[in-house]
Amino acid sequence: MGLVGQVFDALLAIALVWLAWQATRAADLFRAVVSFIVFGLLMAVAWVRLEAPDIALAEAAIGAGATGALLLSALDRLAPRRGRSWARVWRADARTWVLWVPAVMALAGALTAAAWQLPAPGLGAVATGALEQSGVDHAVTAVLLNFRALDTLLEIGVLVLAAVAVWSMGPAPAASAPVMPSPTLPMLGRTLFPVFVLVAAYLLWRGSHAPGGAFPAGAVLGAGGILMLLAGAQPWIRSAEHGPWRAILSAGFAVMLFAAIVGALAGGAFFEYPAAIASHAILVLEVTAGMSIALLLFAVYLRGEPHPAADTDRQRC
Amino acid sequence: MSWTELVGGLLVIAGMPFFILGTLGLLRFPDVYTRLHALSKADNVGLGLVCVGLGIQSGSPAMMLKLLLIWVLMLVASATGAGLIARTALARGIRPWSP
Repeated sequence: MGLVGQVFDALLAIALVWLAWQATRAADLFRAVVSFIVFGLLMAVAWVRLEAPDIALAEAAIGAGATGALLLSALDRLAPRRGRSWARVWRADARTWVLWVPAVMALAGALTAAAWQLPAPGLGAVATGALEQSGVDHAVTAVLLNFRALDTLLEIGVLVLAAVAVWSMGPAPAASAPVMPSPTLPMLGRTLFPVFVLVAAYLLWRGSHAPGGAFPAGAVLGAGGILMLLAGAQPWIRSAEHGPWRAILSAGFAVMLFAAIVGALAGGAFFEYPAAIASHAILVLEVTAGMSIALLLFAVYLRGEPHPAADTDRQRC
Repeated sequence: MSWTELVGGLLVIAGMPFFILGTLGLLRFPDVYTRLHALSKADNVGLGLVCVGLGIQSGSPAMMLKLLLIWVLMLVASATGAGLIARTALARGIRPWSP
């Protein structure tokens, strides 16, 4: 397996660099978006090779799935544009070659040098050693929701900000009807949505003892919502009913902040849960964070603030 | 080598030609419809053989069921996706290839 694995890894690394270049520099935007989606999928494979299945799940679901769908629908709304030819890319961007390429190479070199100097076993042993006090049996979940919960809080904060920014752009545009309606797509959405809910619940439950947890679960549930939207379902978030949805959108961030502050007020540090209730606290955090992430990804995909549609008699899902 | 490993390995190997032929079809067929035909049929047979093979190798019924669920989901998704691509191509006025 040694040699085969090394050849596979080398091919994977080359393909990733090539796809990243394609995604940023391809003359054709559609090609760039497809390159980005394939880049996300291969990145997930790379995480699997690095034995980090948690990150692989999140990367495949959010990086390739949700972001890919978002980019494709953005592409659909852009005015068609003549692609830049390769010759123009090479000629017109002299600044790129003089300034940016050396700068990026220098940054990559510095990062590689820094990564080289990291202490060899890393913090894995410390995290595994403190696992008993964390309240869960899986080291990644312990790091995400206990030891380094601040990082997770800020990540969800970024998602909340993204949703706020998208909604502040204006009302959500009406979904564009497909050029040739397909009877199978609504059928697929209706049949598969329960499976999405089941898989999300399974991933959430698994997070306490194995790879899984709030981010993959939220991404899967959010993707299910996006599929329903693509299948022609009316989004059920409307301005008259904003109240509860706003609450769920912000619940993940709010509950985490609450837990952190209560821990600090109770005499511990920021995000220090009493060991006795740590496992329950993490369960509550994980469920609220998962629901918030699902709804936040869905909210971003609405491409604007939802408003009462004129055709409210259409099917609501 | 136990018989589960042997049978599982043979099924996985039996799935490989379908992937190779599906990819060959994607690269060599003349238009979008024939390419869809090659991909959505051959690749899914290959995936089914690989899933069943891995399920037998794992020796656990729960793992077998999970792999079969993945296969069924892929079948449904790729059939719908292929239909959508073909419909969109037709609506855009791309005519099926004729020799």
